[in-house]
Amino acid sequence: MPQEYKLILKYADEPGYTPDLECYLRHGGYEPLKKALALPPKTLPDGKTLSPQEQIRDDVKISGLRGRGGAGFSCGLKWSFVDRRSGKPIYLICNADESEPGTFKDRQIMHKDPHQLIEGMIIACFANDVHLAYIYIRGEMPEGAKLLNKALAEARAKNLLGKNILGSGYDLEMYVHRGAGAYICGEETGLIESLEGKRPYPRIKPPYFPAILGLYMCPTIVNNVETLCNVKHIVAMGAAEFAKLGTPNNTGTRIVSLSGHVKRPGYYEIEIGKVTIGELINDPAFGGGLRDGRKLKAVIPGGSSAKVFKASEKFKLKRKGPDGQMVEQDVDMLDLPYDFDSLIAAGSMSGSSAIIVMDDSVDIVEALANVAEFYAHESCGQCTPCREGSLWMSKALHRLTHGEGRASDADYLVKIADNIPGGRTICAFGEACSWPVQSFVAKFKDEFVAKGAADEARRVKETAAPEVETKLAAAHH
Amino acid sequence: MNATHTEPIPNPLQSQAGFAVPAALEAEVNELVTHYPEKRSASLMVLHAIQEQFGWISQEAVEWTAKKLEVQPINVYELVTFYPMFRPKPMGKYQIKVCRTLSCALGGAYELHQHFCGKLGLDAHAHGPQTTKDGKFTVEFVECLASCGTAPVMMCNDAFYEGVSHKKADDIVRDCK
Repeated sequence: MPQEYKLILKYADEPGYTPDLECYLRHGGYEPLKKALALPPKTLPDGKTLSPQEQIRDDVKISGLRGRGGAGFSCGLKWSFVDRRSGKPIYLICNADESEPGTFKDRQIMHKDPHQLIEGMIIACFANDVHLAYIYIRGEMPEGAKLLNKALAEARAKNLLGKNILGSGYDLEMYVHRGAGAYICGEETGLIESLEGKRPYPRIKPPYFPAILGLYMCPTIVNNVETLCNVKHIVAMGAAEFAKLGTPNNTGTRIVSLSGHVKRPGYYEIEIGKVTIGELINDPAFGGGLRDGRKLKAVIPGGSSAKVFKASEKFKLKRKGPDGQMVEQDVDMLDLPYDFDSLIAAGSMSGSSAIIVMDDSVDIVEALANVAEFYAHESCGQCTPCREGSLWMSKALHRLTHGEGRASDADYLVKIADNIPGGRTICAFGEACSWPVQSFVAKFKDEFVAKGAADEARRVKETAAPEVETKLAAAHH
Repeated sequence: MNATHTEPIPNPLQSQAGFAVPAALEAEVNELVTHYPEKRSASLMVLHAIQEQFGWISQEAVEWTAKKLEVQPINVYELVTFYPMFRPKPMGKYQIKVCRTLSCALGGAYELHQHFCGKLGLDAHAHGPQTTKDGKFTVEFVECLASCGTAPVMMCNDAFYEGVSHKKADDIVRDCK
């Protein structure tokens, strides 16, 4: 029986659990921080000594923790890129700009258990010699910003922040910074520009890798809310224990946001790879299946940027056979384990771990038009292919959904989408806006063509018999 | 080129008669500035504070912010025009923001938006925020509000509402005094 595994959300939804410090302390809060601050230097067999900071950084690497924001990049590796010899201050920013359509997991953490995030951040800051950190929360979460500010004040009052934290000699200050409604601020270099008080135009990499030239051109770590919470648990349970959760190379838990046409939409924390997409959608412990009388049509597996899966789609995946040998198997979309690597192997991604389920009541062209409008609105406008392409795609889809389509629109859409990503834009928004269009049209092409063709046929009829149309219009009024 | 006389550059910012920053707001802004190694970083937070006070961001507010943060007015103006939450003109007293992105659309967001517009006498198909003649309500579509499991969702000013039925929408409007 697949089931939830609550690590990050262990207490958040318990009756009576409140977001204040007292409650957090009653549930063992800030013990991992104390443990981290009190770590003695460790002497290795080869005589080398590891500082407490190095030990935590090693542990995060050993734990296998991968970023929970979207890219799934190794957190330990990301930290290892930080330029520690520049002599400049190192900054840490929590990316709390949760705005990938379909995603609502960081919202739960920040609103219900803000101290867990703060503790994870303090430990991550300590491990990386950071003395000033920010929580960049999206502007549309004013309540979350208030709760975090209150939690920070509580932490300061108990010397969990500020000078000489708990007598350790370590200083750290932390502030909340609010965005103002722009999706592109979730891109880490755009976020940094925004934090510097500018338009959030992403920076080109190289040279502006945040680990080297980030906030104020200083080394900077940008981590997602859930990623930073995990740091606390890695310290609490030890890297080896943490790595036992989930599956190899996909360790720990993930909070999956499930929305759309299921009976029980919501957020579900699972061991990564221990539950399949089908179980997340259909099992009574999770989505509870589709609405009565409906059939599955499509699934977006990792936030709206992820390539769509079509119901009954099959993938050839290399899996361990009964004798331990790797064999190629046909795997149905619903039987894909929900993890980073399986979804990449299937040509999509788990992204921000947001699953959007669509049943057979959905007009797939309308669905893509909705997604395309989002990207057209949110493109920052810096790079021509993305600024123009996202708008052209949205306009073509608008006409397809407003009776003005053409049979050739399907090919036209793909032609635009193919010319946006792949190094033609500064940031990955180019990919993010193209992937839905490429995948929707490739997998449901007949529906796009049929819709456009029907519009064309109707227009031909209208021009052939204009007097009938006029009469009809007159009768209508 | 005649250098002695030029037409002023058109400025979409509006003027705010009698603009004055109350002491409490100035203190708040001074505090915000201390959170950053560079003053300019406080821009977004200062604009939020100003908008909370006045409801919108005027020409004078942009100039005041620029002076405070030691940047050019254009550096503040370009933020007001980029970030959707900043308002360059007065809006309704109650601002209803209906999420329109996919999961909410699947959950009836367009019908909900239509319901608000119908109830308040606004054009649901017009582009951008629509404000009632009496200035009481502004209704607009916004992009994903990050609560897709409880679609459709919306905000009314800072308050957040989930699973908004048309009945619940009516209650929200009724409670806006």
